[in-house]
Amino acid sequence: MSVELDVFVGNTTIMDQEVYQLWLSGYTVGDAVKVRMDGGVLDGCDASAEVLRSDTMDQFRTFQMCERLLHNPAKLANQLLFQIPPDRQAMLIDRYYAFDDAFVREVLGKKLSKGTKKDLDDVSSKTGILLKSCRRQFDNFKRVFKVVEELKGPLVENIRQHLLLSDRLARDYAAIVFFANHRFETGKKKLQYLTFQDFAFCAGELISHWTVGAMDNQLEDMDVDLDKEFLQDLKELKVLITDKDLLDQHKSLVCTALRSKTKVFAEMEASFKNLSRGLINIAAKLTNTKDVRDLFIDLVEKFIEPCRSDRWVTIDVNLYLTHYINSAHILDTFKHQAVWNSLWDELFKMLTDIQHVTVCFLVKMGMVASGASAAAEGTRATAASSEEPVPVHPTQFTTSISFSFRDMLNVGCRAWPHSGSQAC
Amino acid sequence: MPGKLKAKIVAGRHLPVMDRASDLTDAFVEVKFGNTTFKTDVFPKSLNPQWNSEWFKFEVDDEDLQDEPLQITVLDHDTYSANDAIGKVYIDIDPLLSSEAATVISGWFPIYDTIHGIRGEINVLVKVDLFNDLNRFRQSSCGVRFFCTTSIPLCYRAVVVHGFVEELVVNEDPEYQWIDRIRTPRASNEARQRLISLMSGELQRKIGLKVLEMGGNAVVGYLQCFDLEGESGLVVRAIGTACTLEKLSGGGATNNAQHTANSSPSKDMKEPVFGDECPSNPLSSGPSTPLRAPPFTSFSPSKSYSRQSSSSDTDISLTPKTVLFPARLCLYLSPSSPALSSVAPPISCQTSRPPGSGMAPRSTTPPPSHVAQSEVSMLRKSVSFSEDMLLAASGMGSGGSAGKEAGPLKILLRQQTQTALEQREFPFFTLTSFPQGFLLHVAGVVSARSVKLLDRIHNPDEPETRDAWWEELRQEIKSHARALGCHAVVGYSESTSICEEVCILSASGTAAVLNCRFLQDGCLDVLSEHRCDDSAPPGCGFCHVPYDELNMPFPAQLSPCCCCHRTKVPDVLFTTIDLPTDAQVTGKGCLIQARLCRLKKKSQGEGNATCISNLLPFLEYELHTQLLNKLKLCGMNALFGLCIQISVGENMLVGLASATGVYLSALPSPGGIQIAGKTPNDLTYDQHVSSIQRKINDTIVKNRELYEIHITEVAEDVIGSPIPEPRQRSRLFRSHSESSDELSELDLSHGKKDAFVLEIDDTDAVEDLHSLLTDAPTPPGFYSCNTEIMPGIYNWTSAIQMFTSVRVFRLNNANLTNLGLNKIFNELCENLLKSLYFKLRSMVPCCLCRLNFTVAVPEDELIQVAVTAVAMSFHKDQTQEANKAAQAHSQMKAIAETEEQLQFPLELNAESASPLSPKGSGPQDGSNSHGRAPSVDYSSFADRCSSWIEQLRLRAHTIRRGSIKTSSSPLPEGRSRSLRSTRSFPGSSVSVVKMTPLSFIPGAKIVKYLGIINMFFIRETTSLREEGGVSGFLHAFIAEVFAMVRAHVAALGGNAVVSYSMKECVFMENPNKNQAQCLINVSGDAVIFTRESDQEGHLPQTSHPQPTEDTPP
Repeated sequence: MSVELDVFVGNTTIMDQEVYQLWLSGYTVGDAVKVRMDGGVLDGCDASAEVLRSDTMDQFRTFQMCERLLHNPAKLANQLLFQIPPDRQAMLIDRYYAFDDAFVREVLGKKLSKGTKKDLDDVSSKTGILLKSCRRQFDNFKRVFKVVEELKGPLVENIRQHLLLSDRLARDYAAIVFFANHRFETGKKKLQYLTFQDFAFCAGELISHWTVGAMDNQLEDMDVDLDKEFLQDLKELKVLITDKDLLDQHKSLVCTALRSKTKVFAEMEASFKNLSRGLINIAAKLTNTKDVRDLFIDLVEKFIEPCRSDRWVTIDVNLYLTHYINSAHILDTFKHQAVWNSLWDELFKMLTDIQHVTVCFLVKMGMVASGASAAAEGTRATAASSEEPVPVHPTQFTTSISFSFRDMLNVGCRAWPHSGSQAC
Repeated sequence: MPGKLKAKIVAGRHLPVMDRASDLTDAFVEVKFGNTTFKTDVFPKSLNPQWNSEWFKFEVDDEDLQDEPLQITVLDHDTYSANDAIGKVYIDIDPLLSSEAATVISGWFPIYDTIHGIRGEINVLVKVDLFNDLNRFRQSSCGVRFFCTTSIPLCYRAVVVHGFVEELVVNEDPEYQWIDRIRTPRASNEARQRLISLMSGELQRKIGLKVLEMGGNAVVGYLQCFDLEGESGLVVRAIGTACTLEKLSGGGATNNAQHTANSSPSKDMKEPVFGDECPSNPLSSGPSTPLRAPPFTSFSPSKSYSRQSSSSDTDISLTPKTVLFPARLCLYLSPSSPALSSVAPPISCQTSRPPGSGMAPRSTTPPPSHVAQSEVSMLRKSVSFSEDMLLAASGMGSGGSAGKEAGPLKILLRQQTQTALEQREFPFFTLTSFPQGFLLHVAGVVSARSVKLLDRIHNPDEPETRDAWWEELRQEIKSHARALGCHAVVGYSESTSICEEVCILSASGTAAVLNCRFLQDGCLDVLSEHRCDDSAPPGCGFCHVPYDELNMPFPAQLSPCCCCHRTKVPDVLFTTIDLPTDAQVTGKGCLIQARLCRLKKKSQGEGNATCISNLLPFLEYELHTQLLNKLKLCGMNALFGLCIQISVGENMLVGLASATGVYLSALPSPGGIQIAGKTPNDLTYDQHVSSIQRKINDTIVKNRELYEIHITEVAEDVIGSPIPEPRQRSRLFRSHSESSDELSELDLSHGKKDAFVLEIDDTDAVEDLHSLLTDAPTPPGFYSCNTEIMPGIYNWTSAIQMFTSVRVFRLNNANLTNLGLNKIFNELCENLLKSLYFKLRSMVPCCLCRLNFTVAVPEDELIQVAVTAVAMSFHKDQTQEANKAAQAHSQMKAIAETEEQLQFPLELNAESASPLSPKGSGPQDGSNSHGRAPSVDYSSFADRCSSWIEQLRLRAHTIRRGSIKTSSSPLPEGRSRSLRSTRSFPGSSVSVVKMTPLSFIPGAKIVKYLGIINMFFIRETTSLREEGGVSGFLHAFIAEVFAMVRAHVAALGGNAVVSYSMKECVFMENPNKNQAQCLINVSGDAVIFTRESDQEGHLPQTSHPQPTEDTPP
């Protein structure tokens, strides 16, 4: 005796959010039933496990049938097969495209290719996320990538419109697409302490300031690719380290400004040349795709780690970079060379971004240093502030810095998608 | 006579990729009607083609218009090879043929392929220009309207109810033609779909002609069925009730609304306030049929044929009335009682009797010569057996006279009606609820079954054999009704179950006495005139027995009516109709089901038929016993909507009886059930017995509480005490073939009987009891019924959820006993119900209405159960009812007013009319708009405005649809993209269509009936596993069927389907070959409704999106 066939079809498609989540997480029917039982769905109902199983199977089947439509969310809205109220549709789509931070961290910056897909079982065993769910998430990335690849206009907006995703998800996907496109290296051990949200923030900054769309500020342009011209221009920055006079001048300007403002002044003074060299070299090499990929690892190795070994805290770094940029601005050479003036703005953009990024990284690092590694994303600020000499709340600090820079540089062309609070 | 059909193909979307190389499709469309075909241009390389074709015009006879569907085929153009079909859309244009229904069909239709399912959608516009045909000899019947609803449709009034119409057409099943061997499954399926579509069209047309002949203009309660007889052919048959309907004017609507609202409070909640959804329009009164289920009585198994005429039955005596053995035996077995001449001729099924002679034959034995003759021609298969449930054989014989000798009070009326009805061959009505005053008395369920051997239909043009079969059955029903002193049968339906070459035909209905005035003209004065004769208050009148107490057709226990104390009522009442709206009911109702499986030897041909014939009476008897026991267990005394299905399989018979139990205030309180052991000496046994007894008593008490049956007035009958005094006992016998000899010893025909005694003399009985007690009660917050309305629940919310659930159960156990089988079947049904309750738990408190179970035995060891029902949630707080009713009243009034206002301004111009809307009372205000507005209470004012606006919007919408001067060009890519720019969920672009098996939508007002939906689909797969196995396959198919129904309704401009039902769901699989096939037939009425109370309803949603996508800009 066995139930050979068992279906339930409602005129309005019935979906249980909890079951949907289980399905998305890649549970088998049997496991899902167990989870639901433990969750107590049956409490208060006079129903057996069999009933629960039948219900779960049924819903899983419904989701499976919907999956085809979810691959093209716009279709879900005007398909006729399932009658689903609009708010439910939104829920279905959002949940379907939601992803696990742990998973995305593993594939971020990797090529969304078959090869990567084959390695998903490793990812699955590493993260504890079921393979089925990994595959769905990976395919989502790929799908979104494919959809927006050829589209013009702002990336986030494109994703939101074509996939009907919520703002937050659209922004995250933009980051994923951006990283996948440039294949930024994020998997190195040294970068492990950074979460997806950290990278997403960086991506947001880079998209806003470094891409073609950001430069021309015209909707028709692409948001995905870095502005080649800008990268080329960055080479000119080399003068800051190659020209001995300029370097010294710059150093003295920065030191004057910093003197007595920080406890680690001595170290700053000592490592100025090193750090400056590190930064400018990174910037100058960005025309090289390989070096673009290594942007984050380079930043960590060439700038953040030295700072850290000198026991700088976030605020010091911020201060340092602020003045570093400021002083460069007022360097005589630059003042008088009209050609450079416009260029300089761009350089600042890059540096500002680097500042943001590094500050962000540093804050994370501070967290690691202070041993509060278990602290969640949201408590980053607190974790950082637990480090001894931080006088100002880093969040406030970055915010103020970033704004002052924008004023200074007249970079007001584009609102920063991530406000300071999200940055740190 | 001719009409001009015009079709325009606008666009397609979501087409499948047909060209692997480019991942695109070069689609074009063929539009075919009759023998004419048009083609659109090829729209190259797109999955969203914009054909925007010209108008394709077909000039055709209206006869063809009725028969033929418009066939739209979407193909992929291929330069080098044959074009590939993507899929088809069949559009039934019948709704366009009536002036009152839809005017245009316009919308997105799913493109359906029998192998792949839905593959994209196509936007089509269809219109018809019809010329009037006054030719008396015409073959068409355009304009006759069809309704599936088994009551007078809500916005109509019945002027005359003409009566029964039936028709059947037969043809060869394409699946079994020789050509099927060489064509693809797709071609074969399509041929079948097309043929059935043609046949239903033809059937409707023919029925329409009959209606016109009778002077009617509509068919209500239209029930169409398919019999897939396999090798022997395909039968499409339909029955219905011809009526002359009149559209209610605004004024009428007002009356109606007020009426309903008024009466509800006064009836002290006996009457559900559904706004105007009560099933019939001038306030329906219900017909109710009491089915009397008197204590059981004898039952004569076909084997022995011993029967006592005294004990002969009652409602369900399953007396095999006629048993026809194979002709070679030439044996007539007739019930022993000499009075009963009800022996049908053997082989009568084979003789094609001219319809005219149909009346008498049933109860008279035909001359042997006749038999002989027919034998010659039909020797091959000649087993016919028919037996009837409600009527004893004795009833039949004396039936005619019983009616005439009825109580003196009624004679006059009776005679009057009799004459009206007697002219008719079959005074049958497929309606289940009636206008008030129509139904006078109800006597009980009458039913008849016969087993036939199928024979190849040789000449499709002469379906006489099948006709004759049904004719016989109807005659039998008619004579049963007569025996009950009734001249009419209401709630009539017919069904078949086919297994191989054996077919069981069943017909059942409720014997009733009707008010003849409705059958002629001028029903309106009925209410006033009729009162005198029907002295009983409306709440109990229908329960009064129509037959004479002294001359009862069967032994029954009558007692004075508990409401009026003037007339006699039976102790139990079984009916196939809905609960009359004015019936007085105590407490709530519940679903009562009797389930039974019987093993049967596998055999062939005649032997098989005989075997089934022999089993049937036992099966029915037991079903009836179970029903009665369960009814008692619930503490109730009447069953409504009784539907007994018997399905035949190769090695078993499955019986499922469903009904809604209620406690009718007019009927005496039901007695309890007493358990008696046969071996009283055994002490432990006694204990066992008493513990069971205790359990039963407890259950009864619990159930009474659950269903809120509080009997206030304690009559002299023993109430609530399940144990009657010994001499009052009657016995309820379980019938087993083994115990059949005992039956004759029982004398059940006298004495007052309050309680049943269940004798647990064998293990079977214990099991039976067990199953009786193990029926799980519905979980808290849930109620269920299989009728339209649930007594005791009035305040529905607008949340409804229609669903279909199908289960197939495999019995792996080869050596099952009857008992084991029963248990499994019982569990299957119980689990199914439990699953439903679990699934719908979020809607609590809610009621599952119109729970319609269908059982089938598709294969050797498979049992299939399909359920369609609607879950409707209601407000828990019953105390607010009074307020609600009052509110509803005022609201309805308001709406009625608005309705009135609407009448003309709207026709002129929706725009200009709108400013008038807020105005309030009376159409005249139209001109001086500030008139009385201030005096209007604001809340209701607001309500009125918005509902008015809603209506307006709706109409405007329809008007817009009506005038299609512009071509509808769906938006170009760019624009649609920009429209969607914000995260607007274009859930918008698909209109919401509600579906319900009921004839109304709670909280809403049906403003227009757009036409009947009657669709037949076949789906087949050769990649079963890939589609998710049988469940995945069927799940997808049912979802597709829903989608297609919704799309058709939306295209007609409707937003709901009422009286939806799934008539057929035939599922066949062959897992070894990875194949499966399924056939589904659904029907319903497409309607437009507007929300009465809550504005957030669907209309804005529905109509809003249309301009962008659906309708011509």
